[in-house]
Amino acid sequence: MNMIEAINSAMDVMLGRDDKVVVLGEDVGYFGGVFRATAGLQKKHGKTRVFDTPINECGIIGVAVGMGAYGLRPVPEIQFADYIYPGLDQLVSEAARLRYRSANDYICPMTVRTPFGGGIFGGQTHSQSPESIMTHICGVKTVIPSNPYDAKGLLIAAIEDNDPVVFLEPKRIYNGPFSGYYDRPVEPWSKHAASAVPEGYYRIDLGKAATVREGEAVTVLAYGTMVHVAKTIIEEMGVDAEILDLRTLLPLDVEAIEASVKKTGRCLIIHEATRTSGFGAELAALVQERCFYHLEAPVERVTGFDTPYPHSLEWAYFPGPVRIATALTKILKD
Amino acid sequence: MPETPPERSEGSRPASNLPPLSLHIPEPRYRPGDTPDFGGIEIPAVEATPRPGEATKPDAMRDLCYGLVRVLDFDGAAKGPWNPNLAPDRLRSMLRTMMLLRAFDDRMFRAQRQGKTSFYMKSTGEEATSVASTMAIDRTDMVFPSYRQQGILIARDYPLIQMMNQIYSNRGDHLLGRQLPIMYSAPEHGFFSVSGNLATQYPQAVGWAMASASKGDTRIATAWCGEGSSAEGDFHSALTFATVYNAPVIFNVVNNQWAISSFSGFAGGERTTFAARAVGYGIAGLRVDGNDPLAVYAATQWAADRARTNNGPTLIEHFTYRAEGHSTSDDPSAYRAAQEASAWPFGDPIARLRQHLERLGEWDAERHEAQEKELDDLVKTTQKQAEKLGILGHGMHQPFETMFEDVFEEMPWHLKEQCAQMLAEQEAKFGPDWKPE
Ligand SMILES: Cc1ncc(C[n+]2csc(CCOP(=O)(O)OP(=O)(O)O)c2C)c(N)n1
Repeated sequence: MNMIEAINSAMDVMLGRDDKVVVLGEDVGYFGGVFRATAGLQKKHGKTRVFDTPINECGIIGVAVGMGAYGLRPVPEIQFADYIYPGLDQLVSEAARLRYRSANDYICPMTVRTPFGGGIFGGQTHSQSPESIMTHICGVKTVIPSNPYDAKGLLIAAIEDNDPVVFLEPKRIYNGPFSGYYDRPVEPWSKHAASAVPEGYYRIDLGKAATVREGEAVTVLAYGTMVHVAKTIIEEMGVDAEILDLRTLLPLDVEAIEASVKKTGRCLIIHEATRTSGFGAELAALVQERCFYHLEAPVERVTGFDTPYPHSLEWAYFPGPVRIATALTKILKD
Repeated sequence: MPETPPERSEGSRPASNLPPLSLHIPEPRYRPGDTPDFGGIEIPAVEATPRPGEATKPDAMRDLCYGLVRVLDFDGAAKGPWNPNLAPDRLRSMLRTMMLLRAFDDRMFRAQRQGKTSFYMKSTGEEATSVASTMAIDRTDMVFPSYRQQGILIARDYPLIQMMNQIYSNRGDHLLGRQLPIMYSAPEHGFFSVSGNLATQYPQAVGWAMASASKGDTRIATAWCGEGSSAEGDFHSALTFATVYNAPVIFNVVNNQWAISSFSGFAGGERTTFAARAVGYGIAGLRVDGNDPLAVYAATQWAADRARTNNGPTLIEHFTYRAEGHSTSDDPSAYRAAQEASAWPFGDPIARLRQHLERLGEWDAERHEAQEKELDDLVKTTQKQAEKLGILGHGMHQPFETMFEDVFEEMPWHLKEQCAQMLAEQEAKFGPDWKPE
């Protein structure tokens, strides 16, 4: 399965197992979503389980709160992560705080799925990475898969979770892992082990990072598309790096991070989102708090730049091979 | 934690006697494989729709929200109270602009298919909505367009080559390759910068109109969105502000029946018309045959006069049909019946205006074909010129440093640092002889 098929399969399994699960969003019903993530689900599970909505993100998230209050498990889709902003009030002020403000009277078991990230010539309103804004909201979990197998297992866990989850799908790797070299063809997922996705139910618990590659020289923290970009560069450079795929940013697997950085003594953080107040700042602070006396070099960040995503220069914007290689060289210098 | 609804308490009615509630999920009438028949659409006679005075109170003209303003009948005759009685030269200019828009759309669509740019959106079948509407307002009036109103720029004689440069994100692109193709910006042509986020320009148009009114200016504003986007919260915020402050603004809702794969029912169109949204706000509303350029012109002129004489905002629903896909990324055959566009009972706006002019004896097939060829050549030559400045992805883009400009008026230290980093990366990639452009 590619990533879209795995995500589709997760919803299919959950719609079949639990009649409280409903899938809603712009174009998700008959058509199956502009990225085809919900293809076939309406036909199989019926129009009241999988349905189109008005184009109104605040409404989509707001009704999901109400459905959750009734006892359903809504899985709303926001067509592009850039359009989560019009729905932000319902997410920040309502969904995220319902449990807290009502002292458990009400909960909000929704999973907001949305494709995010750049590298597809989407311009500034189809390319953003809003994960740090999500993790800044108290009461929302943030999940970012990096391959089909994880995507399915994590999405199932998210749907089963009793808290609101924002499930960010790196759309650059929907069809295959991206090397970071935009002029090289993308190998489809079918050529990779992570495309062996079981048809049925399985889950990957939220809050657990995955070790993509073991190493002794430096710990690389990444998620989503950047896991694959990092892997390519590291293999090309022949660096003995350990790569952690964080998988969930909140809750964060801080133990795995701590153990790895204490082992390697160096840490490089990579994300595609803009740099300032990005999630990398949080990671760098945590590493510094917990591993300071083990560090042999300052923690480095490789990120997108602090500008909106430019359409024609997106490959100069993207934290690609050169930026990562430069940072690795610097961090490994002595 | 309540996982199920609370138990019915004493005093509530026994559930066993109540009918089960049911949820309605809208469904379009035709899907792929169906034969569409639009016979059910009510088409009032051209003369049947009255034209109230521009100062009429909104509640005295509610019927217009549910009717259809028409001027051209299906034989090409212009009739009835809404006939704007335009001179033949003006009609010919309208026809030419709509034909130019179509030629432009066709060529740019093909350019995307040839890999020269990333994306394009056609306005085929909807040419009258943007072109006739623009001709009915003043050039100094401000428009807040959505992404399918390239006709406004063409009607205001914006240079075609600049549009193409923007589409190619090339060296000549006045937006420095930053925006997605078709997201133009042209302040000197009264054209606001297009946002990719739907309906956001609606409240902004109201704010502009409020500013114009508070300064005692004479200019008005128009706002554009699709029927699908009229479901957005911003749409409703805009209408609220407009009615409260009696803002001189015209709201255009282009009801082309489809919002990507979702038919108009998912924006609320099953229960009422989009023009009727005006009623609840105490705003004047008009529902117009969007494939009838003269009706669009007349309605817009009426609304503009109304706004300009401090009689307040108007909402115009342009009832039309999106004859092509949503964008180059869309395949409409996956969700709608193949013959819908040809079965659409209001015909094609260009063909209808042509028929009208021919009927007046002011146009003929020969002139039409000659003009078609002339416009096609014009677009082709312009395209060649634009491509000399580069196409997307072929290196002839804007200088790399431009990426960091205009985030702020002055570049702060961190952007300067990042800019230097990016230039060093380019040098590392392309060798020591590499120079920033
Ligand atoms: C806030 C926001 N949500 C979702 C989208 C994705 N999107 C782009 S166009 C579109 C459909 C709009 O349909 P409509 O308003 O009817 O205009 P039309 O394309 O038919 O002209 C959607 C859902 C977006 N651009 N912005």
